[in-house]
Amino acid sequence: MLNIRLAAFGLLILGIFIGFFAYGSIPGRTPALFNSFPFVLGLDLKGGTHLVYRADVSTLAGGDVADAMNSLQQVIERRVNLFGVSEPLVQVERGGLLNARVDERLIVELPGVTDIDKAVVLIGETPLLQFKLLKNGEDLTNLSGVTTAEEMSSHFEATKLTGRYLQNAQLVFDQTTSEPQVSIQFNSEGSDIFAEITKANVGRILGIFLDGIPISLPVIRDEILGGRAEISGGFQAQEAKDLVRNLNYGALPVPIQLVSTQTIGASLGGEAVERSIFAGLVGFALVSIFLIIWYRLPGLISVIALILYVVLNLALFKLIPVTLTAAGLAAFILSMGMAVDANILIFERMKEELLSGKNLSDSMHDGFTRAWLSIRDSNSSSIITAVILYWLGGTAIIKGFALVFAIGVLASMFTAITVTRTLLFALGLGAREHKGMARFLFGNGLTF
Amino acid sequence: MPIITYRKWSYIFSLILIAGSLLSIAFFGFKTGIDFAGGSLLEVSYTGERPSVEDISLELDKNPALHGYSIRPTGDKGYILRTPYLEGSSHSEALQALSLGKEIPTEIRFDAVGPTVGVELKTKALLSLALVMLAIVLFIAFAFRKVSEPVSSWIYGLVAITALAHDVIIPTGFFSIMGHFAGFEIDGLFVTALLVVLGFSVHDTIVVFDRVRENLRLNKEKKNKEEFGATVGKSVAQTFNRSINTSLTTVLALLALYFFGAGATQHFALALIVGIVAGTYSSIFLGSPLLVTIEAWRKK
Repeated sequence: MLNIRLAAFGLLILGIFIGFFAYGSIPGRTPALFNSFPFVLGLDLKGGTHLVYRADVSTLAGGDVADAMNSLQQVIERRVNLFGVSEPLVQVERGGLLNARVDERLIVELPGVTDIDKAVVLIGETPLLQFKLLKNGEDLTNLSGVTTAEEMSSHFEATKLTGRYLQNAQLVFDQTTSEPQVSIQFNSEGSDIFAEITKANVGRILGIFLDGIPISLPVIRDEILGGRAEISGGFQAQEAKDLVRNLNYGALPVPIQLVSTQTIGASLGGEAVERSIFAGLVGFALVSIFLIIWYRLPGLISVIALILYVVLNLALFKLIPVTLTAAGLAAFILSMGMAVDANILIFERMKEELLSGKNLSDSMHDGFTRAWLSIRDSNSSSIITAVILYWLGGTAIIKGFALVFAIGVLASMFTAITVTRTLLFALGLGAREHKGMARFLFGNGLTF
Repeated sequence: MPIITYRKWSYIFSLILIAGSLLSIAFFGFKTGIDFAGGSLLEVSYTGERPSVEDISLELDKNPALHGYSIRPTGDKGYILRTPYLEGSSHSEALQALSLGKEIPTEIRFDAVGPTVGVELKTKALLSLALVMLAIVLFIAFAFRKVSEPVSSWIYGLVAITALAHDVIIPTGFFSIMGHFAGFEIDGLFVTALLVVLGFSVHDTIVVFDRVRENLRLNKEKKNKEEFGATVGKSVAQTFNRSINTSLTTVLALLALYFFGAGATQHFALALIVGIVAGTYSSIFLGSPLLVTIEAWRKK
């Protein structure tokens, strides 16, 4: 008896702790530990642009596709970073029908960006390779702490030399140090410009910029004839390899075509969040009121279990983290209504056992045991649905729904069974014959 | 048990609903959302007075890229413009047209789905529907593999599937009618709602069948001779509260979502409410009585 009360007490304390964790996304009001796990909101809730491109890989051999897509992702990532958007997302996805033609896709999410036309132009542009001289009187220490491309370019002066004159780039290793280096070769026109620049600016830094970002800042040691240059930037082998690829694929590695876009204004997203939270609160209140009126004392306990269910879910959303969408929040609200199903099964069964003449304690035990099979079946069918939805759900909306739904089903197994059971038994209604009040409290429905 | 005795009436009620749904689907068909059909959806909001539909239409008619558009007002100040898939500059042209030469309205959202993506999403949706159905059939066959008296396990399965078909047809018919009169669309979220309804409803049916199975076993143990109809009636009565209450709590949560939740999920919530109510009805008034009817046929 003492054990179960301790367990119940422990569960409540744990619940309060998780509750604080879930609540704590307000900076300054809660400990830092809690703030380091914010809720992740999907684009439909925070506003922004979602772009899906299809990459045309038909000209590539099968083995090169992954490499090309990887390179495409990096190029686009760099361009997206030019926006100065916080937390942009660029990812590669395989779409298409099962068994049929596979589509290689690139997904770009730009939170807060609602000027879709500008975004599309910037992403679809071919990348820019530029060579810029560091302005006289500046040195590299001035560049530390510079993050935006604009600020960066204010420290440099442009030259005529661009990627237009690049013939190719290749990976070489320094003969003495065997350090990986990138060797670039200009065409004849480029070679002349390069020679001119290097001759006039010995000792200065000639920055190599890709999409406005300096990727290497070598010092000009001498006039360079023949249009060949080695970029030695203390590269790791992989970095040098990536750079070679980026330079050679000056253009996008594969052509891309925009196949779907979605833009959500920030006001619409904010409204959706507010409305969802309010709907969740109303839904919770309605379910709770019903449970307490119909199931009395066990009903009250199932409401406590439901509160634990809610905070547990919210905490999981933060920890995993789950990207919350309007559909995901709908799944959560729906799952609150469904989470109490296990409680209802158990309580109805308990009532039957009580009616058949058993004492309270036995009825409680048998109620839990006999309801289990049914609870297991119900949750299995929900999980099957969620898995199929997640697997085949074509859009982020449906995937978001399926994930939250699955988490809800699993969490409800814990709260509706374990938590309710522990709390109910902790009430300490032993094997004695209970009459009157106890029977009333454990009865249900509108009869007495 | 009156539900078993007067089962004819619940059959008739269900048949009317199903016939109505099928007729609506046949005559009205569906409005499909852009995620299935492909196309663009542009929602704008005007800061000042919203121009009339006629004025906007005049402007939109001028641009061939927008040909086949439809426009409907939303809220007090906005419009939703649906067009074929807009590429390149036609998006800003559409915005320009909506401005009527004055200030460009605020863009609330813009969705564009290319035609191939639409076909893919539709196929995936149908495939997931088929897979969930299949999984459910397998699940029922497994759960009831040991029941054979007096009706065999596959009949339980068949009845459960009939109930499921009922639960899917009714919300689909409802959305077909609402599509015709109020512009409701069949989209990815609608199919998701159907899948959730399927899971919910099969479980509802199984809980009753489970009880039938348990009562049959108890009768056998106690050598209790009872009519099959009476056993089923008893089982329905025993699970009645549970079925109603579970649906009620779920519907309560969904009503909150429908009335107070985000606009994006409002129709979704409605599809779930209709489906879950239909599912609860079918598991009590259709599934179990059908068992009795089939058993009566087989005895003849």
